[in-house]
Amino acid sequence: MLNSERSPITGKRVQLMATCLCDAFYDDVAAATVEVLEHLGVEVGFPESQTCCGQPAFNGGDWAASRKVVRHTVRTFAGDEPVVVPSGSCAAMLFHGAVLEFERERDLPEVEALGRRTWELADFIVNGLGVSSWEGRFEATVAFHRSCHSRGTASGEAALTLLRSVPGLRIVEFGEGEQCCGFGGTFSVSFPNISAAMGTLKLEHVRAALPDVFVSADMSCLMHLGGLAAREGKPIRIRHLAQVLRDALKGGIRE
Amino acid sequence: MPFLASAPALPSAMPSQPIDQFARELSPETRASVYQSTKTTHEKRTKLLFDQFADPNRLRTLAGEIKQHAIENLDTLLPQVEARLTGNGAKVHWASTAQGACEAVLRIMQARGATKLVKAKTMVSEEIELAHFLEGHGIEALETDLGEFIVQIDHDHPSHIVRPIIHKNRREIARSFEREGLGAYDDDPGTITRRARHYLRHKYLAADVGLTGANFVSAESGRIVLVTNEGNSRFCLAATKCHIALVGIEKIVPRDRDLAVLLNLLGRSGTAQELTVYTEFIGGPKSAAQPDGPEEMHVIFVDNGRTEVLASECREILRCIRCGACLNVCPVYRQASGHAYRSVYPGPVGAVLSPLLAGERFPQLADLPKASSLCGACNEVCPVNIPIPDLLLRLRQRAKEENVPSPGTPPMGAWALLASQPTAWRAALAGGRLMNHVPTKLIPVPALQAWAAQRELPAWRGGEFRKWLRQRRSR
Repeated sequence: MLNSERSPITGKRVQLMATCLCDAFYDDVAAATVEVLEHLGVEVGFPESQTCCGQPAFNGGDWAASRKVVRHTVRTFAGDEPVVVPSGSCAAMLFHGAVLEFERERDLPEVEALGRRTWELADFIVNGLGVSSWEGRFEATVAFHRSCHSRGTASGEAALTLLRSVPGLRIVEFGEGEQCCGFGGTFSVSFPNISAAMGTLKLEHVRAALPDVFVSADMSCLMHLGGLAAREGKPIRIRHLAQVLRDALKGGIRE
Repeated sequence: MPFLASAPALPSAMPSQPIDQFARELSPETRASVYQSTKTTHEKRTKLLFDQFADPNRLRTLAGEIKQHAIENLDTLLPQVEARLTGNGAKVHWASTAQGACEAVLRIMQARGATKLVKAKTMVSEEIELAHFLEGHGIEALETDLGEFIVQIDHDHPSHIVRPIIHKNRREIARSFEREGLGAYDDDPGTITRRARHYLRHKYLAADVGLTGANFVSAESGRIVLVTNEGNSRFCLAATKCHIALVGIEKIVPRDRDLAVLLNLLGRSGTAQELTVYTEFIGGPKSAAQPDGPEEMHVIFVDNGRTEVLASECREILRCIRCGACLNVCPVYRQASGHAYRSVYPGPVGAVLSPLLAGERFPQLADLPKASSLCGACNEVCPVNIPIPDLLLRLRQRAKEENVPSPGTPPMGAWALLASQPTAWRAALAGGRLMNHVPTKLIPVPALQAWAAQRELPAWRGGEFRKWLRQRRSR
């Protein structure tokens, strides 16, 4: 899942793709993304027509339905500015998944063009803007989940680069870090038993490392793991990378 | 035991996919065997590759290119390999179907008046159900790989490509041996192995024909490469007068030197060994240049659906060298075990290959490609760099196009409509708030119920971000 062929960044204006999960559940993550980008002097545009990247139907095999949504997304994010998205999964959908399902479509070039200027947040900050250290303070031990859609991309390492640079923040490793959390989109509801078993295993590994905060660059993984932990009656403190960076600027963990 | 807790199971009435149901019923003991074994092998594999090679991923890419080149040039490589093999003194047979391959073996046996066959481990023989076929024709077909031998005496099926009995523990095996009269109950692995070896030694001596598969066949030299750990394939060929090699047509590589790349990856990826204990290169039957071995050699090339796979958009799966690394790393395989896949090839590779090889029976196995969170770990470990997640996705799309029912998969039509109409989307964002005021149990959406059976749903905050942004902008 490589995103090596990317349009160069010119200027400091981006379009924010907030993701459907943040639009529906995690507004603070989208807000933190805006604050983090603005802190870096980036002007953030938000196309109001945005909905979803199209991944649910793509993963479910309904490519006709997915293409309809991708076409809407391509129209919504018209222009040349980079599109920044606080999710490795949605980013991968645009630079990889959408390209796959448009292989035989006439508008493939438009889809590819959007893919080339789509960036996952940490990747954009570190490899797009060239920022590799973060200021402020975040006194906490953090376990970082490298979400699966960042495999083969620069996102995981970029996120760790930023986190390691935050004063006060300590990273802890945990067992089987390369394993999936079990979310997997529609997989989480069509394979609920396996999905939950994978998540439970992940939680055991994470808890064994005793972090204060469990961080990822994808809210989907955190929604699944946080939801499982809450149901077990042993909730864990989940944060998106953007929230950690924003909170660091404001002095540390916020409840 | 740490790290083996399973989440509370769903009520069985809840629709979920067959593999999920299978995993739910799986005994904790089996899950523990599969999990421990796959995890250990995967971790050793990764350490070995990264300790010994500066960039294993470049090697995987190269190996993938070699195999892709081979499968895309079968039209020239197959005649070439036939000419080489014939020149080396072997007889070449072509079988387009499983039935045809089984009959080819039977004809060779009958022509020699042979009734006893010893088999080394070969996945393609499992695929064509050869042992079953031969037994139906009064021929003894004995498995000599220890794992396959145990599968055979138990009338079971292999559950892993490399480790057929990964789902069994030694206590079960000791009970099977006792039942078969191979000795009083003793679950010491050394004793079990010794007893099997003792039993099999006599069988090798009495057998007429030795049957093997092939890990690779070089089109350049016609050499057949066999990779084993137990030495049983050598025994199969040491005492018999006739060797039959059963080979899937995708096993061909263009040149002998390609083997250097592929063998370096196969042992490390499959069993975390630099090389397996035995690597045999068989150049032909007994001759002046090769004084040992059977006097007669037959190579049966099996298609059995492979050319159709080659013509499909999933042809990359034919690169597979059957190392099993994708099974070992796969979190779904670890939870569900191999039998969940209801086919000879389990795990990620099987989820692609099995429905494809099923031909017209595709709908019966169309659920297999769904048994993946698309995490991509399989692609990351594959020694020939097969983009397995992409292939799974293509097959999901094919299942949808062919209208194969998919229990538990939410319908996407209404969602696509909403997600392509911004006004409707924003209305839904606002309307979703109702969910915060109604107990989840009362909302008749199956996907929501499946989610909420084991996980809390976060509070609905649809539209809050947009409101925040507008306020921030107007300040």
